[in-house]
Amino acid sequence: MRFSLLNLIRQSFSHNQGWPEQWRSPEPKPRYDAIIVGGGGHGLATAYYMAAEHGMRNIAVVEKGWIGGGNTGRNTTIIRSNYLWEESEGLYNHALTLWQDLSHTLNYNVMYSPRGCMMLAHNIHDVQVFKRHVHANRLAGIDNEWLTPQQAQDVCPILNISKDIRYPIVGAALQRRGGTARHDAVAWGYARAASALGVDILQNCEVTAIRRDQAGAVSGIETTRGAIATERLGVVAAGNTSHVMSMADVRLPLESYPLQALVSEPVKPVMPCVVMSNTIHAYMSQSDKGELVIGAGTDAYTSYSQTGGLHIATHTLDAICELFPNVRRLRMLRNWGGIVDVTPDRSPIIGLTPVPGLFVNCGWGTGGFKATPGSGNVFAHTVARGVPHAINAPFTLDRFRTGRLIDEAAAAAVAH
Amino acid sequence: MLLIPCPYCGPRNELEFKHGGEAHIARNPGQADDQAWAEFLYVRSNPKGVVAERWRHTAGCGRFFNCLRHTVSDQILATYKVGEARPDVEPVPVPSAEPPRSSQQ
Repeated sequence: MRFSLLNLIRQSFSHNQGWPEQWRSPEPKPRYDAIIVGGGGHGLATAYYMAAEHGMRNIAVVEKGWIGGGNTGRNTTIIRSNYLWEESEGLYNHALTLWQDLSHTLNYNVMYSPRGCMMLAHNIHDVQVFKRHVHANRLAGIDNEWLTPQQAQDVCPILNISKDIRYPIVGAALQRRGGTARHDAVAWGYARAASALGVDILQNCEVTAIRRDQAGAVSGIETTRGAIATERLGVVAAGNTSHVMSMADVRLPLESYPLQALVSEPVKPVMPCVVMSNTIHAYMSQSDKGELVIGAGTDAYTSYSQTGGLHIATHTLDAICELFPNVRRLRMLRNWGGIVDVTPDRSPIIGLTPVPGLFVNCGWGTGGFKATPGSGNVFAHTVARGVPHAINAPFTLDRFRTGRLIDEAAAAAVAH
Repeated sequence: MLLIPCPYCGPRNELEFKHGGEAHIARNPGQADDQAWAEFLYVRSNPKGVVAERWRHTAGCGRFFNCLRHTVSDQILATYKVGEARPDVEPVPVPSAEPPRSSQQ
């Protein structure tokens, strides 16, 4: 049933008891044309675009827990596309373009809110790096502008621009099309739209082995809900990618780290945009519920624990309290961790693997949410046709052998 | 936060240490084609289970040592000096639900 004004009115007469389930919960079939491993935003988007744009209807998404329960439900929902290199600009701006119309495309309100994403500069190095980004983005037709501290405060009035703080703000880069979206709605919207096109979403279905035929090609998977045959397998497992890919003896240039976030008690609107500071490592925005959503850093060591050290969150709150002094007395409601898979060049890997029939979309590190629609869109093309889309062609696994890295790590000098 | 037993100084707070990445990755000059070089530089086992990793006690003795840690529970199973063989420790069974936060031995 579509969401529309007419249906809202109709359902209100039956006390809203008539809404159907939003996606089917079928039993696994013995065989699918393609299977996506990982029911987060990226995996569900992949399945949706495979069905919607490539006509593949006999496909499934397998998820070890519940959909959107991993990093999709744990991130700080920041959307932006102000990356430095052309390859990244193409990929992230493709996503940003899809975000703009996503609610209509899916008939599901993903609450995309282009409220602006501001990145603070605290020293000469920051200024040079961000101005370089602003100019590179401008040449690529991507909006990004340079602000003085006063202009930054005009956009975000609670920002502390005084010169006597430990890391004074000396300028900021603002991408006005950047912003936030509702993370759960993204997973649910893609799941609902994909399910309506015939995609089977199999929750509580953990992959325990990848089967290969005598030629070494993928022939199926074994799961906690039984064996399923397929010849095309797309792995979109975020922090668990190394673990899943090891079942096919593929080793990747990935390390998995806990990344933390936390939210405050809800307050009235105080924060009109997203503010990020890479240098002192804090980001903050305000959800529509009123909670301040705060992102912290990664732990120093690799882990799958989905928690992080308290000193990491404390370090971020030190910075938050200095940048936004009037939130100092807010209490924090919840904090949590997600496991992010980080590549050496901080750019994702989207493409083919040495195993025929096995495709991977991983390495989104600490910033995958913003790319969800674009990532799913180009990975769907890659899995459905067996060749990369022009946008993700540079993001190969092989770039680590050829040396053609897309080094957003060196470009920003911090995790992002 | 981890409590890390430095083999030289004893148990100390994680803040005194720097993580040094996966241990026992040896450079092999005899096999320095592009693939071997990429694997040496970038490819990591990143196990969901026991990892052998290097730490450096930067705010203490300053020395590197190796550590076996379970990456789901973050429990440290053993630490040993550089050059010593990896100890044979039993992996501790980890409950499948959210793991305990404690990382002390």
